[in-house]
Amino acid sequence: MSRASLVRLAVVAGFLLFLELLTRTGAIDRLVLIPPSEMAVHLWSMFRSGALDAAMAESFSNIAIAFLLSVTLGFAAGLIIHALPRLRRLVDPLLASYYAVPFFVFYPLLIAIFGLNRWPLIAIGFAFGAAAMVIATLNGLDRVPRVLRKVARVHRLGRGEEIFLVILPAASPHLFTGLKLALAYSFIGVLAGEFILSGGGLGYSIAYAYDAFDNQTMYALMLFVLTLAVVLNAALHLWEQRLLRRRRRA
Amino acid sequence: MSTAIVGERQWLRRALDAAMMLVLLVIAWQALYAAVGEVAITSPLGTVVKLAALLHSQAFWRNVSASANALAVSVVIASAAGVAAGLALGFHRFSGVVAEPILTALYTLPKVTLYPLVLLIFGLGISAKIAFGVMHGVIPVILFTMSAVRNIDPVHLKTARVLKLTALQTAATILAPAVVPEIFTGLRVGFALTLLGVIIGEMFASQRGLGFLIINSMNTHDVPTMMAVIMALIVFAVIVSSTLLAIDRRLHRRG
Repeated sequence: MSRASLVRLAVVAGFLLFLELLTRTGAIDRLVLIPPSEMAVHLWSMFRSGALDAAMAESFSNIAIAFLLSVTLGFAAGLIIHALPRLRRLVDPLLASYYAVPFFVFYPLLIAIFGLNRWPLIAIGFAFGAAAMVIATLNGLDRVPRVLRKVARVHRLGRGEEIFLVILPAASPHLFTGLKLALAYSFIGVLAGEFILSGGGLGYSIAYAYDAFDNQTMYALMLFVLTLAVVLNAALHLWEQRLLRRRRRA
Repeated sequence: MSTAIVGERQWLRRALDAAMMLVLLVIAWQALYAAVGEVAITSPLGTVVKLAALLHSQAFWRNVSASANALAVSVVIASAAGVAAGLALGFHRFSGVVAEPILTALYTLPKVTLYPLVLLIFGLGISAKIAFGVMHGVIPVILFTMSAVRNIDPVHLKTARVLKLTALQTAATILAPAVVPEIFTGLRVGFALTLLGVIIGEMFASQRGLGFLIINSMNTHDVPTMMAVIMALIVFAVIVSSTLLAIDRRLHRRG
């Protein structure tokens, strides 16, 4: 492990210890924050009793569907937009201001359209993630060296072969960025939607625990979501580093 | 002379494209309206009419000013704190390396789930909204500022030393021009996210503001008001962000 990672670990551990100390001594009221160790213990007991199973299944399946939809449709849309310069000029202003729109204002509208079920959640996760994938795909395709396309033509590759053997690998770093953002945004979109208004899932469970003054459950769930985000990020980061190393070797 | 004409033409072309996209969006909206009907959404024209009516009501402006106050304070805090932290982390390279993964992890966190914590600390009211807006906006400002400082060409700094510039002169003539465009991009992204944070904050456990108005009109099945407020917010967000984007592009071109 590098020195930076060690220091980082120490900083995070020190912060947790500091919170533990403040809450144990009563410097921070228990009504505001409970000790991190208690959050972890309660989270563990919730895992063991299976109290989280339904919420986890619901949230994760929604995130997975939103993520898969935003990656596949976003990538396909990116390919099409890249192939048609006229369309691209039209879409450009839309993409430029897309993430300036506070997307969650659409959530009540989506509930009005789809009804109060899982589809508004998936739709908001998808809408949030897909544009990132479209933008990343366009960026990646813009940077495929022209010489590679010529090589594909020289080898008389078909359209599908050209995409899978030449263009995809050449654009992969940007596509990976798109994948990463699409995952983060689907995650945020679904959980935030659940939190604001829904009948199930992890986000809903947190809001419900807050309304019920059940701080133990609320903080255990927050710790869970926080850990999830950190683990997800670390995993993607490692994977990306490996991809980059392999490219450099090639 | 020719560059001015080309610039003008490009500007015109961009405006035309944006207008055409707008027309397409309105057509799509009208089609959706035809498909799902009055229960779920209102037509584009109906929404504009409703919005015009809202603009004459005092209650609407009270909510606007509640949101605007929270947004203004959040943006100022997020920008100032973000730039300060970003500069510090950029110049002290090791701290930057330590902090960056933590910051990116926080950036991808669905911060809404932490909102109850904010509410418990700050209580219900405007300070919770402000804190929540800052939480959303500050991280991109830090990240962009940090990378701006890191990417300063070392040759520029050496030149400053060779020319024996004072610290103030170096900051004004070398550092500022080098980092301002990147930092501005950070502020632009930060603004959009702060707006998002404030509105989400208002959508949950709030009695005031445009976010509250949206949720409240949904709960009372007042679809026209909901649509009109959503439209007002989007128009505001798009206008501000396109202005910031235009400035951003100009700054980057000059650099």
